[in-house]
Amino acid sequence: MGFLTSWFKSSKPLLQLHSGSFSMDRTGRILATTLPSSFPRNLVQTIGQCIALTFQEAHTAQLPLEELIVYYPGLKITAREMRGGAIVFLSTPNSSEPTHKTS
Amino acid sequence: MEIRHKVLLVDDDPDLLEVYRETIAMLPSGPEIHTASSGARALAMLEKDAYRLIVSDLKMPKMDGLQLLSVVRRKYPELRTVVLTSVVDEQFRSRVYALGVDLYWHKPGSEQEMTQFLECMESLLGREYEGGFRGVQSKSLVDLVQLECISQSSAVLRITNGPFTGRIWVNTGEVVDAETEELRGEDAFQKILRWRAGNFEFLPAEPHRPRTIFKSYNALLLETAQAIDELDHAETSQQFPGQPFQSGSTGLTELAQTEGVEFVLKMVAETKIDSRGLENPERIAGWTFQSINRFRALGETLQAGTLEQITGLGLQRNVAAAQKGGTNLCVGWKTDLDAGAIRDQMKKILTLWAS
Repeated sequence: MGFLTSWFKSSKPLLQLHSGSFSMDRTGRILATTLPSSFPRNLVQTIGQCIALTFQEAHTAQLPLEELIVYYPGLKITAREMRGGAIVFLSTPNSSEPTHKTS
Repeated sequence: MEIRHKVLLVDDDPDLLEVYRETIAMLPSGPEIHTASSGARALAMLEKDAYRLIVSDLKMPKMDGLQLLSVVRRKYPELRTVVLTSVVDEQFRSRVYALGVDLYWHKPGSEQEMTQFLECMESLLGREYEGGFRGVQSKSLVDLVQLECISQSSAVLRITNGPFTGRIWVNTGEVVDAETEELRGEDAFQKILRWRAGNFEFLPAEPHRPRTIFKSYNALLLETAQAIDELDHAETSQQFPGQPFQSGSTGLTELAQTEGVEFVLKMVAETKIDSRGLENPERIAGWTFQSINRFRALGETLQAGTLEQITGLGLQRNVAAAQKGGTNLCVGWKTDLDAGAIRDQMKKILTLWAS
């Protein structure tokens, strides 16, 4: 079983999900974030764009939404619409719920 | 002739792949081992051939193990999946299991750990994938009830199907009562027997349970089987490929009667739409289709697992959208329900839909 030591290797780190929040304007531009700098900025941007598009399309479909919650096994995204932009909370299963209220 | 199951090993290190190959080939069932040095290569191989089990590392360049398994779980739900990794992080373990992976194993560090790992692999290779009830997967609930009655047993069968629970009371070989949700007696019995999967357990008999069912078990099972056949036939005729959805489908109507529901909309593709409670369903169908596709892709990018549900809260209307078995469902909810209540109710709706 000496070969077992060779089963361990170093490689690029896996994407770590974090709890935190960010705010964005109506174009999907990120204004402020509490997410750690290790979380890729382009992914924050991607999440923001998905949220912005979904709010816009809901409005077009005559289904105006104030809040959007997206559930994954490893992540919950809560977005609250704010004058065309949004504040978005990310929470992972191991973290406590973000401190905001649902109307 | 004994079937040799195919196993696909995925790791970017060719030396490790060789070690895997030699080690797993030692299993008593003698599986056929194939290897892939990247996630993309593994997906291409899965397209071409039917595998029984995939064993993947987590840390790989370009497409890592979480991304690979996220796609694999969605495209090949029957494929057994194992993660073999040196990553010691509780978050990754949780995320891997949240994807529905069968086994998360740290790369063995001793002979004993290696033996345990190989035993788990052998067990996974031998386990059949079938629907049915956990514990007796080749038996339906009808079979279970019949067995209890033929053997003149007394017991209480407690059956769970997602958020639903049902009980069937059998006393000295006769079904005397059944209960689920708000239903009791024969109605409850028929509803429980329509569930196609779940868990069951035998509880101690309750000989003094008041009797609400007076038919013989044979007559009861026969009537129930006929009712299930009729329902299956109705569903088959509604979902015949290439045909538009028929109005009046019992499944959707039943869902629309769930407490708190204002409308129900289902769609297979963007244009195959059926709904209850909506006058112009096309707009909401378009939003549902786009949103589910968008957030499914986002889930894969973030390696957060398969999209479970999207909930939208508005002043005029609350909605929840999810995908089940290739069908997109969007349900409108009364505005007095909060996000937590909608999530719980939506789980019930999805379970009902799957049943």
